[in-house]
Amino acid sequence: MIIGKGKPIKDILTMIENLSKILILGCRGCVTVCSAGGEKEVGILASALSLARQKAGKALEIREMSLERQCDPEYLEQIRNIIDDYEAVVSIACGAGVQFVAEKYRKIPIYPGINTNFIGVTEQQGVWTERCQACGDCKLYLTGGICPVTRCSKSLLNGPCGGSANGKCEVDPETECGWQLIIDVLKEQGRLDKLEVIIPINDWSTSRDGGPRKIIREDLKL
Amino acid sequence: MTSDSHLEKILEQGDFAVTSECGPPRGVDPESIRKKGELLKESVDAVNVTDNQTSVVRMSSLSSGVILKQAGIEPVLQMVTRDRNRIAIQSDILGAAALGFNNILCLSGDHQKFGDHATAKNVYDLDSIHLIQTVKQMRDEGKFLGGDELKGVPRLFIGAAANPFADPFDFRVLRLAKKVAAGVQFIQTQCIFNMERFSTWMQQVRDRGLHEKVHILGGVTPMKSVGMANYMKKMVPGMDVPDELIARIKGVDKEKRAEEGIKIAVETIQQLKEIEGVHGVHIMAIEWEEMVPVITEQAGLLPRPEVN
Repeated sequence: MIIGKGKPIKDILTMIENLSKILILGCRGCVTVCSAGGEKEVGILASALSLARQKAGKALEIREMSLERQCDPEYLEQIRNIIDDYEAVVSIACGAGVQFVAEKYRKIPIYPGINTNFIGVTEQQGVWTERCQACGDCKLYLTGGICPVTRCSKSLLNGPCGGSANGKCEVDPETECGWQLIIDVLKEQGRLDKLEVIIPINDWSTSRDGGPRKIIREDLKL
Repeated sequence: MTSDSHLEKILEQGDFAVTSECGPPRGVDPESIRKKGELLKESVDAVNVTDNQTSVVRMSSLSSGVILKQAGIEPVLQMVTRDRNRIAIQSDILGAAALGFNNILCLSGDHQKFGDHATAKNVYDLDSIHLIQTVKQMRDEGKFLGGDELKGVPRLFIGAAANPFADPFDFRVLRLAKKVAAGVQFIQTQCIFNMERFSTWMQQVRDRGLHEKVHILGGVTPMKSVGMANYMKKMVPGMDVPDELIARIKGVDKEKRAEEGIKIAVETIQQLKEIEGVHGVHIMAIEWEEMVPVITEQAGLLPRPEVN
């Protein structure tokens, strides 16, 4: 899922500095699961902003609301009748959600209340880690189910580099060396021979480098 | 001969090669490079010019290498894939060849986190093995990565690095094998302080027959002080500095510790000369270039041989 984390309250206060009536919009998708932008976080953010504004002597009227998803047009329709009542929306969906709201409702500013960090997993309660960079050409079949593009700090396709020590990456002693992980699993599976082969120079055009991406499924179009 | 490289000629005629390196300045003064070059000139066969090592911005390796060439020194152009995509890399390779470079060292480069611009975006369009393939393809097939033909090929002697001290140890020789398969012709290793581990690695290199396919130059760095040894042990990624070595430097009077460091470096070179498959040394005297003539003299590596 997409993992995000709340922006510092002071940053959001700056965005809404001169406003008196806002809508805080949560999302029940990924950001609910990673406790960054769901219904609960909408409530917490609303209380924090209210409190700060009360302290500053500048009242703020807040409406709290959450949608099933902010990345689907049908759910975004649910705010069409109310959005004109507000001076701005603080969306705490991922960056895709924030942008889709902004795209559909152009009259008022839509501010991001969280930072969108990565595509990842819940490693344990309260700990999320990155797994995928959406490069658009999955190579996991070559690398023991561990992504070198994501897990190697240099995205090396033929690692590990000379900075791998005791299973850790040179960049941070807390970060595991992705290539050590790949070697370990292929060794366990008796498939180390896979690594004798050079993974060729990559075609990054399927990645972000090819520009904003689009998928069209003719079989599904209405 | 694949190039006009002096280093390639030395190695191909079977002589024990000596290379060293110089770090470009953090400003525009060419004099500091010339000075370092002059200190090394008579003692080595070629001098590496580092490419923004440790991700600290310096004068480019390409321009610093030109300054060395003007002073009559053969440069080895270090090139990292951290800062350039395949377009910039191929463009710089053409420029380097046009300016008379004969050697290139293909590296991935230290992560930018270590440098003075930790907020930078890295590139890593290619890795170091891909860079080796790129130079080889341009030189031997006369083709760009995109497939178009070059008008005039870069005749470069292709090098890369190997770190026998990084983990996982057993994989290190396999990685070297991949570099050899990609087309590397000479290897400069990480600084050797743990001779036992290096010897084991060289055994694995010979077991795979790689010593007959690539020239290995052992990395040697003289330690100036206990502080430097500790720093390298703890702070430099992929460096293996055994405690006994630090104890040995500590064991002599403070004013004699630099001398002891030189002695250790000379001993290391003498040991390396005896290892089958080691065809030279790469002396990295960090901001201590003036000691390279001393080390090479004491190690019996002078005068440097002539080439035909």
